[in-house]
Amino acid sequence: MSAFSAVKILPSPPITARSTPKPSFPFVFSSPSSPTAGGIHRPAAAPLSSSPRPLRAVSSHVLSNEQRVASHSHQDEAEVTREEALDLYEDMVLGRSFEDMCAQMYYRGKMFGFVHLYNGQEAVSTGFIRLLQPGDSVVSTYRDHVHALSKGVPARAVMAELFGRTTGCCRGQGGSMHMFSAPHNLIGGFAFIGEGIPVATGVAFSSRYRHEVLEEASPSGGLDVTVAFFGDGTCNNGQFFECLNMAQLWKLPIVFVVENNLWAIGMSHLRATSDPVIWKKGPAFGMPGVHVDGMDVLKVRAVAKEAIERARRGEGPTLVECETYRFRGHSLADPDELRNPDEKAHYAARDPILALKKHIIEHDLANESDLKGIEKKIDDVIEDAVEFADASPLPPRSQLLENVFADPKGFGIGPDGKYRCEDPKFTEGTAQV
Amino acid sequence: MLGVARRKIGLGTFSSPILGQVLQRIRPLGSVLPENYSTAAKEITVREALNSALDEEMSADPKVLLMGEEVGEYQGAYKISKGLLEKYGPERVLDTPITEAGFTGIGVGAAYYGLRPIIEFMTFNFSMQAIDHIINSAAKTNYMSAGQISVPIVFRGPNGAAAGVGAQHSQCFAAWYAHVPGLKVLCPYSSEDARGLLKAAIRDPDPVVFLENELLYGETFPVSAEALDSSFCLPIGKAKIEQEGKHVTITAFSKMVGYALQAAEILSKEGINAEVINLRSIRPLDRATINASVRKTNRLVTVEEGFPQHGVGSEICMSVIEESFEYLDAPVERIAGADVPTPYAANLERMAVPQVDDIVRAAKRACYRAVPMAAAA
Repeated sequence: MSAFSAVKILPSPPITARSTPKPSFPFVFSSPSSPTAGGIHRPAAAPLSSSPRPLRAVSSHVLSNEQRVASHSHQDEAEVTREEALDLYEDMVLGRSFEDMCAQMYYRGKMFGFVHLYNGQEAVSTGFIRLLQPGDSVVSTYRDHVHALSKGVPARAVMAELFGRTTGCCRGQGGSMHMFSAPHNLIGGFAFIGEGIPVATGVAFSSRYRHEVLEEASPSGGLDVTVAFFGDGTCNNGQFFECLNMAQLWKLPIVFVVENNLWAIGMSHLRATSDPVIWKKGPAFGMPGVHVDGMDVLKVRAVAKEAIERARRGEGPTLVECETYRFRGHSLADPDELRNPDEKAHYAARDPILALKKHIIEHDLANESDLKGIEKKIDDVIEDAVEFADASPLPPRSQLLENVFADPKGFGIGPDGKYRCEDPKFTEGTAQV
Repeated sequence: MLGVARRKIGLGTFSSPILGQVLQRIRPLGSVLPENYSTAAKEITVREALNSALDEEMSADPKVLLMGEEVGEYQGAYKISKGLLEKYGPERVLDTPITEAGFTGIGVGAAYYGLRPIIEFMTFNFSMQAIDHIINSAAKTNYMSAGQISVPIVFRGPNGAAAGVGAQHSQCFAAWYAHVPGLKVLCPYSSEDARGLLKAAIRDPDPVVFLENELLYGETFPVSAEALDSSFCLPIGKAKIEQEGKHVTITAFSKMVGYALQAAEILSKEGINAEVINLRSIRPLDRATINASVRKTNRLVTVEEGFPQHGVGSEICMSVIEESFEYLDAPVERIAGADVPTPYAANLERMAVPQVDDIVRAAKRACYRAVPMAAAA
């Protein structure tokens, strides 16, 4: 049985005899064929639940334990191999240690500006991204360090970028909120919430276009999938709904992942949202909506697996709401005074790394010393990253004007009638501009 | 008199704008020229020019696609994309829901991965709903990613005032987009401009904002055989001197080029020989051509349709002061739209948008032929 049995689809309105205009939406070709023709579908005649779903993952309810609804993933006995478990563990520890080191470096003045840390949410990043193939893409927000690391961007490159050095993944030109790595298909880093969602939808569009119009086959055997990460606050933004509509309309290979950590800076999700149940907004647009416990990496992984495979087969988007929590403030500048300490303690007890550790030990997948070995290895990686970043040079003056355009003739013609980009003094930064 | 006009105007790019039902309609000069006047083989409208450019580029490169409201089955809100859906199918000519932010962002995301989308805004006023994507996810990305991700996208659509469409449908956005590093901003005037610049924009690896003009779509211009060739392209960043002169330089773009040419005609009768520059490219601005012209004529009038403060004319004026100050014999004259949201009433609208008289008066002021400062009521 699939994790999607939790999905409740609103019944579609009856189709009247009056003829409706034929929708002229693209991609009329059939989806890439798959051996399991059925796969996961929305149950055709799933009855609407008679009782309204209880409210999920909102602070007061969480504390009172009254309406804690267990995640509908059936995978209480998660089937994960030793290798997979250790990979997940290592990735989450990497994320956590990296972010902790960022905090240290920030307070020492090596990092500056806006820095948004991911502590506590590692299960979402690891659960989804470790399942992706190299051709799949991740589109993120300003809370993107750990998405970059999970996708395979080396810790050195991310740390150097944060230090503003020329050896960073974006040569120091992007910064904490703008991590891009073309070889790893990591797209941002977008500082504006909601901005990444249409871009992610466009990346998914290009995946489908390349497959169907340009007829390029992907090594994944299906469509390249895009995973878009964003928060609860973003789910009130217009662009989110525009893209739910278009992604479903055009059956794009995208997974919309909501990292619902209940807070948008100091604005509680409950205070900002008329209907705080986010997963329910998926079926309103015709796609499955799923809720999952975002503090449990194995549950996230199970849901992610289905959503990604659905997209890869061409069945369209899925909206996944992950109940998660950030242990630190919104950013390193946030005093974090509005959140209830009991709420923080509650989620601290559900630390995803400790939960996975417990699972590994209990299921005899590895022993303490293996895990300690991984932690030591990660410590070394982080230390090396810091040393590398510290030793790296700052960008040279000539880098200021580089990369504004792919075609630098865009700088126009200088007073001497020649293109400015052909003047070495201009590019070296010594011309009077 | 026709003979005089011919010699002065040169390559027959002279034309007149359609000024609306209330205003007098002047027949384009091009259609009156006799058969043996052979600078150009053919005449096409700006609409046909844009359509043919889109068609040729889509045919040459399967990665080019068109996305926007009504571009497909409706054949384009202004019929610019006529016939393209039938030819290229719904996967490449996409009718979108009314979701500017959404589909613009989708275009940008697709461009990140090497497709070459053309995003059509029904008018550039609607681009306000998508401007975050144009600026923040398109213009800045090549820089933020240090060159890893370029964005070969074109944003096109009509810009500026039409006739009687009201304040929210009439703004000129040239200055807004030209402000941003990372964007290229083009404004065609004639059919040749439209063809050459659109083809260049589609082939360009950077985000291009392509500002057309609704009232020019139906205008006919002669085009050379070279311009009709499918590999024809105009360079981005080079202005065109529509008409040479020696007494005063008039810079303009889009519809105002037509007005400037008419003004030049009027001025020539008074012995003022105006040089009219069709900017074509607002960003990057062809400062070299403008400055060379000012060094020759020593006087400058900038003409634009948009609001005056922080407009294109301000930038041109500053550029001339920085590079050619000693050559100026008179203060730079700036003609722009009135500093008001565009009114609806026909007579008020006429007052709010520059007219040929305003350009003539400004040129005379620059030449120290005294005229009253106030605009005609």
